[in-house]
Amino acid sequence: MKLSDFFEIDACKPELTATDRNGVIRELVDALAATGVVDEENREAVARACITRENHGSTGFGKGVAVPHVKHVGVKRMAACIGRSSAGIDFAALDRAPVYTVVLLLSPENDPETHLAAMERIFRHLQQDNFRRFLRQAETREMMKDLILEADEVQDT
Amino acid sequence: MTEPGTNNCATAEVTIVNSHGLHARPVMRFVDLASRYEAEIRVDKGDGTEQVDGKSPMHMMLLAAPKGTTLRILTRGADAEVALKALAELVASGFSDDEPS
Repeated sequence: MKLSDFFEIDACKPELTATDRNGVIRELVDALAATGVVDEENREAVARACITRENHGSTGFGKGVAVPHVKHVGVKRMAACIGRSSAGIDFAALDRAPVYTVVLLLSPENDPETHLAAMERIFRHLQQDNFRRFLRQAETREMMKDLILEADEVQDT
Repeated sequence: MTEPGTNNCATAEVTIVNSHGLHARPVMRFVDLASRYEAEIRVDKGDGTEQVDGKSPMHMMLLAAPKGTTLRILTRGADAEVALKALAELVASGFSDDEPS
């Protein structure tokens, strides 16, 4: 599995408008819904489920990144997008540091194995200091796209 | 037989039983528990693939282990055996993950 198999470049946000955790989750769910991953009538339910999930335990695993995610019946296909905040968002992260890069992953309800594989891909790259640094600096959607494609290439070799 | 000491080692294999596998919440439960012990804690899938740090959520997510996967937990340190027992019980109990929350 490659990042480009499930990352929706068009839904990526080089500068998030929202300034708080729930707002960011809503903004990114809306962006993925706009690409057809979630139907309009399920948008609110998916966002709420993702926020509820986050309340059960922060996905801010440290180092300025958070990976909010949810499996939901209203998600038509697995998809992810990236939101960047230059000011930083309070995600109640494990290291208490602000989050500058948010990766939202939405998965259908009935395929836990694919969800786990996607999380593995995401964390594999987020662990790389360079990948995190470049993501934090990615000021345009084009830069985000290049980072994803480069990450996939490195993975191939 | 072994005297308590910093080089105590213990190993156990335990199967993941909860339906969603080792996803983020079970990982956090595992890391929370592992972090209470002094012992070094390593985890792998016993298949020659990489071994990860059981106290790092980002590392543990790399296991991407679905239901039915056998995890191998390796502990080393003064409290290696108690740590191993607690962690193996957590995995075998399904992390309380399939219970309605």
